[in-house]
Amino acid sequence: MDILASLGDGFSVALSWQNLALALLGCFLGTMMGALPGLGPANGVAILIPLAFTLGLDAVAALILLTSVYYGAMYGGRISSILLNIPGDEPAMMTCLDGYPMAQAGRAGEALALSGVASFVGAFFATWGLVFLAPALVNIALLFGPAEYFVLFTLAFATLGGIAATNQAKSAFAAALGIGIAMIGVDTQTGVQRFTFGEVHLYDGIDFLIAIVGLFALSEVFVFLEHRGQGESGGAAGKMKIGRLTPSWGMLRYCTPTMIRSTVLGFLAGVLPGAGASLGSFLAYSVEKQVVDPRSKTFGKGDPRGVAAPEAGNNAASGGALVPMLALGVPGSGTTAVLLAVLLTLNIQPGPLLFQNNPDVVWGLIAALFIANFMLLALNIPMVGIFTRVLLVPSHILMPIVAMIAFIGIYSITGSTFELTMMVGFGALGWLLRKLEVPLVPVILGILLGNEMEVNLRRALTISNGEWSTLFDSWLALALWTIAIVGFVLPIFLGKRVKKKMEDAAEEGPLGD
Amino acid sequence: MMSDRVLGGVGLALAAFYAWAATIIPEPFASDAIGPDGFPMIIAAVLALSSLYFVLKPDPDPKWPALNRLAEIGFALLVMFGYAQVLPVLGFVFSTILITAYLTWRLGAGPLTSLLNGVGTAVGLFVIFELIFGLSLADGPLGF
Repeated sequence: MDILASLGDGFSVALSWQNLALALLGCFLGTMMGALPGLGPANGVAILIPLAFTLGLDAVAALILLTSVYYGAMYGGRISSILLNIPGDEPAMMTCLDGYPMAQAGRAGEALALSGVASFVGAFFATWGLVFLAPALVNIALLFGPAEYFVLFTLAFATLGGIAATNQAKSAFAAALGIGIAMIGVDTQTGVQRFTFGEVHLYDGIDFLIAIVGLFALSEVFVFLEHRGQGESGGAAGKMKIGRLTPSWGMLRYCTPTMIRSTVLGFLAGVLPGAGASLGSFLAYSVEKQVVDPRSKTFGKGDPRGVAAPEAGNNAASGGALVPMLALGVPGSGTTAVLLAVLLTLNIQPGPLLFQNNPDVVWGLIAALFIANFMLLALNIPMVGIFTRVLLVPSHILMPIVAMIAFIGIYSITGSTFELTMMVGFGALGWLLRKLEVPLVPVILGILLGNEMEVNLRRALTISNGEWSTLFDSWLALALWTIAIVGFVLPIFLGKRVKKKMEDAAEEGPLGD
Repeated sequence: MMSDRVLGGVGLALAAFYAWAATIIPEPFASDAIGPDGFPMIIAAVLALSSLYFVLKPDPDPKWPALNRLAEIGFALLVMFGYAQVLPVLGFVFSTILITAYLTWRLGAGPLTSLLNGVGTAVGLFVIFELIFGLSLADGPLGF
């Protein structure tokens, strides 16, 4: 087994004291960020990228730190869902439905422990799925030429809104905005300046980190300013009685079939383009409800299976979402887009060649995911009490600190006032776009992938001597076009219905995952 | 309705500006099939089409905050812009005390808590990032 041998090598990379310590730190920070309402996995990873970069960590170490944050945030989202009925991040939305009623019935500890185990099961098996599926996908991706890559990028943008998108024009607008920003700076093919208007700071283009940190983290500060005083959360968590922190074997056995079904569903939802963890947890919960409780007798009233299903689902989806990101270099969700930014910052080009050129990075990363999982299980069952304390810190203390870390991060990589000003501008833009329900993830992805997309288009057209028909020349390209079109058109008919179902089930979520 | 129409109008203007800016890209010595302005033109077209859709079929208006809340956000924005400007002058610690205290206060804390959070955050982050991790944060007249 080649794959297992590579995985073994990965463990030998990941199992150094420094990397273990970074994984632990990442898990801890991630769980904390996931637990805090308003700071999701995308935000959490985004503000830490510049820091990981300037601290001089090597590629593997930086990746281990940041993916641990990613997995940790996915675990942590459930804590405030269960204790406060406020999802810590969007994927944890569905966990409120049965988690909060369980907590009200004095079984908060059990719900926390059970959801911790469910998160572990989902993430652990999804990581195995990643181990076997990603290399298989790489074999397909090696058949891709520039034309196919261009179509693949188009597909990524077309499906990014996901099945629950209500207005595809807004997704397209957001993508065009992002790609348009990516065009700023020197054209890599010919060396001429584009859209710089003589401004020296723009010659190298706009650093995507500035855009990401501004759009995600700073816009959150503005949202908090807007809603100040409405629905203050602190305090309630402390009064909630936690109860016993270990789930009984009977309960675990009772929920095992649920966890298995939800893991499979969540993983598939994660791998598919444009789905991500939110859809994973939604699908897992709704299907589980159909299977075990079609007449809604217990679901929504504190059924443990209603806690296990969405948590296994969303953590499995976050593992699944890494498959297209690593194998194709095309992320399917906001958080994996941010992880792509991590790779690009480290000068690592994801995609099929990653597995050949940097096997130590890929397999070290995957090994780190396994290690992070066990650490998270350990952190989340006996020590969950620490994280519930974090919820007591009021947002007026926390949000300014988040903003300052964002400033430090960007200042440390650029050292310039111009870039800081630009980041604040992106923060304001992010707030405005969120108000207008223009999704931010396509903007980010556009900034990240815009140049790569253009390069592939131009390469394809150069090879074909300017014949545009080259974009439709192979069965692979045609298949990708078909998926792209279906993925773009389907939500126009189904989007409103799916969205409504999700909203009926839970309150609005803050930000895409 | 109105918000989306405005967005569409701004989007159309942006698309037009972008297309114009693409036409003034200098002609390179050796060019490929579509040149440096071909792809940006496609992007401008997508931008224009989606903006046109907002004008023709706008979504219902979002709930805009009251005027005083908008002013709140505007002021926070100004303070952050100001922070970027004074950072190299006052240095990290002093600028950070000011902005953190301001944000904490505006997010609903009392004056004393705000000041304490300002000092705590500034000193704490300085110790962690400059003294422990060795990043170089902006230096003021006193060296920090």
